[in-house]
Amino acid sequence: MADQPSDNAYWAANLKVIKISLVIWALVSFGFGILLRPMLAGIKVGGTDLGFWFAQQGSILVFLALIFFYAWRMNKLDAEHGVEEE
Amino acid sequence: MDQFTINLLFVGASFALYIGIAIWARAGSTSEFYAAGRGVHPVTNGMATAADWMSAASFISMAGLIAFTGYDNSTFLMGWTGGYVLLALLLAPYLRKFGKFTVSEFIGDRFYSPTARLVAVVCLIVASTTYVIGQMTGVGVAFGRFLEVSNTTGLLIGACVVFAYAVFGGMKGVTYTQVAQYCVLIMAYTIPAVFISLQLTGNPIPALGLFGDHVASGEPLLHKLDQIVTELGFASYTEHHADTLNMVLFTLSLMIGTAGLPHVIMRFFTVPKVSDARWSAGWALVFIALLYLTAPAVGAMARLNISDMMWPNGTSAEAVSVEEINTDERYAWMATWQKTGLLDWEDKNGDGKIQYYNDKSDALAERAAANGWEGNELTKFNRDILVLANPEIANLPSWVIGLVAAGGLAAALSTAAGLLLAISSAVSHDLIKGQLNPNISEKGELLSARIAMAVAIAVATYLGLNPPGFAAQTVALAFGLAAASIFPALMMGIFSQRINNKGAVAGMLVGLTVTLIYIFLHKGWFFVAGTNSFTDADPLLFTIKSTSFGAVGAMLNFATAYLVSNATEDTPQEIKDLVASVRVPRGAAAAQDH
Repeated sequence: MADQPSDNAYWAANLKVIKISLVIWALVSFGFGILLRPMLAGIKVGGTDLGFWFAQQGSILVFLALIFFYAWRMNKLDAEHGVEEE
Repeated sequence: MDQFTINLLFVGASFALYIGIAIWARAGSTSEFYAAGRGVHPVTNGMATAADWMSAASFISMAGLIAFTGYDNSTFLMGWTGGYVLLALLLAPYLRKFGKFTVSEFIGDRFYSPTARLVAVVCLIVASTTYVIGQMTGVGVAFGRFLEVSNTTGLLIGACVVFAYAVFGGMKGVTYTQVAQYCVLIMAYTIPAVFISLQLTGNPIPALGLFGDHVASGEPLLHKLDQIVTELGFASYTEHHADTLNMVLFTLSLMIGTAGLPHVIMRFFTVPKVSDARWSAGWALVFIALLYLTAPAVGAMARLNISDMMWPNGTSAEAVSVEEINTDERYAWMATWQKTGLLDWEDKNGDGKIQYYNDKSDALAERAAANGWEGNELTKFNRDILVLANPEIANLPSWVIGLVAAGGLAAALSTAAGLLLAISSAVSHDLIKGQLNPNISEKGELLSARIAMAVAIAVATYLGLNPPGFAAQTVALAFGLAAASIFPALMMGIFSQRINNKGAVAGMLVGLTVTLIYIFLHKGWFFVAGTNSFTDADPLLFTIKSTSFGAVGAMLNFATAYLVSNATEDTPQEIKDLVASVRVPRGAAAAQDH
């Protein structure tokens, strides 16, 4: 099965979606939530700044969006490459 | 009706509900009982996973840790939710396609080695046992308060209840019981939060109230909170004080650990389809996020309420008097919690007032000297009591307090019992039947499972009496261990065809051993207090605390597995085919039957 070109193309497409998703995953948590917080300090959100909001709320909301995006995108990819479940 | 009776009613009614549903579901069909979750809708499965996942650490402990530290402990929020992204993208769909039932079975098959399976079982037992210690800490707090006894007595009674609950058994596997537990747990968490948010900010949604305005002062809530805590000499709430390296590694450890904990992963083995495994992770996080988005609001608002309570006329006026604490209805919660030994105060300077401030702050030293203060007089405030005490602090109706007691017990008991079941089945099924004595009778297997469960709970209770940290901190250690051992093996098993049996075994052993030693060096050998050579305040490596080392352990695991695999022979063709088949969803129905 591994030798079929459609499988390899499918796997490469999957890896690409995973990579993009994980970059966003790291950006909102480790990035906006922790490391880049000083840079976002100018943007005020209710008594504090955007970095604080990302650390306590925003990152969780983005995680949710990422998982649902991935599920939707992969179910479409499955069909495009003809590897969806019967 | 007094508070004690109301608590008893709520706890009793919730337990009757769980048992009732378990009996009803069992009568329906026996096979349903074994194939927990199969044929269950992803939304229902997500809710059950959320109940399984959110334990004493999330429910009882986490908001307290955020309340007393502020921004720096956002790591718990990001870590325990971000792991679901890893789970959904890197593990769940492929493990579902593989179609076996336990994590160690996957590792044994993928790395074509009984040794790999054995090592995985050991990793699983070590991580789960540490996890149970954290749960027992929470159980002790909940039972201590609920039965109005000392923390130690509460823990011992709780241990007996957990044991009975786990032995009663498969009830855990009934998805609908967990759905009921989730509903009790989330109501118990959010209802008081909504009340408090309305009181303080006028906004019924706590997550929005947190960033809203404080009604009493008209200032933004977090701004007001920063002002009050700094006036009392504490570090500001919203600023970044902790070491950044440690914060990043700690968050990463919790994330990777989430995706490496067997009792969560197992849920994705049993959904009907690969596409359902992807959706299920999302739904689980939806239900988890309801609590996690509320928790920071609970923490900040409780901190504000406590400060207000101790300084009823403002931080620059007189502190609360001993007489008020003893007689005023609003302070009754302090006396009840004092009985557990987790809260205490002492009028050190004999002025009849209880001054709550940071006596290590230089800024406050002058004011303390001028007013004759002789140190902080709220001498003990265990972080783990905050969520349970919160509705009493905010003076909410007694039915809310009863509901919170039921929710706290549901969270602690369901996860503790689930982990004990995972440990006992690992010992009896994977270790004894799979390795030591394949011919063991069914009766013998059951007996060894019970013995394993009793041993695990005895160890956890003993260590729970002198826990290595607050419930959430102990649980964080368990995540570090899972992160360093299980997650890398699973991920490499799917994303690499080159990692072979020797590489995986070496990687898991290095990850687990190094992490465990690092933890023991800081927390005491086998968590026995006083046997540690370092402390988390002054750790061995840079600023990396023992709770954050899991991420380093995971990197060592990846590196070792890569190096050893490349130095030894390639994987056989049938393993390459296995990996290739795991990567595509087609054929998942067939995979279920092998």
